Amino acid sequence: MSASEAYVTGVGMSEVGVRLERHPLLLTLDAVREALDDAGLRPEQIDGVATYPGKMQGFLGFSPVSSDDVIEALGLSTRWHLGAAEMTAQLGAISAAAMAVKAGRARHVICFRTVYEAGAMADPANYPPPRRTEVTGASQWTAPFYAISAATWVAQYATRHMARYGMTREQLSQVALNAHRNAALNPRAIVKEPLTSEKYFAARMISSPFCLYDCDRFSDAATVVIVSAGDALDEVKTTPVRIAATAGSVERYSWDQAEWPGSYPTGKALWKNCDYGPADIDVAQFYDGFAFHPITWLEGLGICEVGEGHRFIEGGTRIALDGELPLNTGGGQLGAGRLHGFGFAHESVIQLRGQGGARQVAGNPRVAVATSGGGPMAAALLLTRD
Amino acid sequence: MSFGAARPRPRLDRDNRAFWTGGAQGHLMICRCGDCGKWLHPPQPLCRGCWSENVAAQPTCGRGVVDSYTINHQPWMPGLEVPFVIARVALEEDPSIYLTTNIVGCAPEDVAVGDAVQVTFEEDEGIFFPLFEKVAQ
Repeated sequence: MSASEAYVTGVGMSEVGVRLERHPLLLTLDAVREALDDAGLRPEQIDGVATYPGKMQGFLGFSPVSSDDVIEALGLSTRWHLGAAEMTAQLGAISAAAMAVKAGRARHVICFRTVYEAGAMADPANYPPPRRTEVTGASQWTAPFYAISAATWVAQYATRHMARYGMTREQLSQVALNAHRNAALNPRAIVKEPLTSEKYFAARMISSPFCLYDCDRFSDAATVVIVSAGDALDEVKTTPVRIAATAGSVERYSWDQAEWPGSYPTGKALWKNCDYGPADIDVAQFYDGFAFHPITWLEGLGICEVGEGHRFIEGGTRIALDGELPLNTGGGQLGAGRLHGFGFAHESVIQLRGQGGARQVAGNPRVAVATSGGGPMAAALLLTRD
Repeated sequence: MSFGAARPRPRLDRDNRAFWTGGAQGHLMICRCGDCGKWLHPPQPLCRGCWSENVAAQPTCGRGVVDSYTINHQPWMPGLEVPFVIARVALEEDPSIYLTTNIVGCAPEDVAVGDAVQVTFEEDEGIFFPLFEKVAQ
């Protein structure tokens, strides 16, 4: 257990729901408590906090809790903290925490992501929605054409994949069908009802080729991952999971100027940062804000060739829990809820520790990949049980 | 062609004014480097290629190709009439430069990747939104 390594030593999650009345700061507290209990750490041992993207005024439900809020409200005493939107997507916060503990700036860092999008929409008095009459910055290049949602941006990447490589909606549907199957085995998933192919194809379209089931569900929840320094492991009680590599990238900030989603450069970079390769992955947790994203990660990480991702998932057997690459074992965001990236790190740790219950992948998985981001910004974590 | 909801309006500034008002002269104005000739979008005061500051908006031919698109069915704003096409158009001058836009003047299901398109402007109180129509091949 080297001081030059970083480990996940605790994970926690609040209730995951839609239109929860519990205050987002209290949801965060719930997840922090669970993670501390999991790790066997006390609040006074926490000396770092990291989150993505930090508080966003004007998008209150998107990110209602900042790292400052957590430090203040929980009475923590920290030596390092971070809340930043200008970074390599959601899991970049965990990557930054890993760098901080390796550099000796902190020993135990609470990394969290709290989302309250469903609750905020139900409570406009306390969470006023952003005004869309005047737009500035990057959104001025998309919003004037009613391209307001990421659904409309990512749908265009998907359409291009169909035109270039022949992806079909039948193949795309396997991502959603797989997510729902796995969510049914996850007690915390917000989706409980099974999804059939008939139901998928009967669903209303949102933005072609995406129907309702291709889009993740706004939810209210907090997810926590505690990152600890390699020389602080004698303070924790769990089996540590090593952060074997991290990667992140952005080439163009604008979604509509990027030639490819960030999954491609990020996937390449991840393998440059470690001694593992695509064939070593036992379990994959790929960002699925939209059903197309996991296909880009399969290709970006080199699990299959560019332009072959849809054929890899065809029929759904290879990505099932008992398949060669179990995908989004907790249900992903399409099934378990839009935890905005952090759910994938959480589920990776659960699987590597063998705590997945009915959804546990057989064969003692030792290498997991978690990813986040589906636009130009992306991040990936390689987690291993040594 | 009405979409039933006012378009969100860009706030004009020194970087974007030429783009959003060029339609008054019938021009799709895109930033270009006066030294290396590279086209740039979104507009900015320096060239991404050679870092020259000799950059200014120039008229383009207004033609392009549908790089990709989506038929949007979700009324994201009150009153927004659906379905309609949101597309990413690659410019003829430099196909690595894309504009997000709407394809108008045809049924949504008649749009395809690779379609040749031509700019047309929709004006709203001084802002000229560049939309695109299919052109006969």
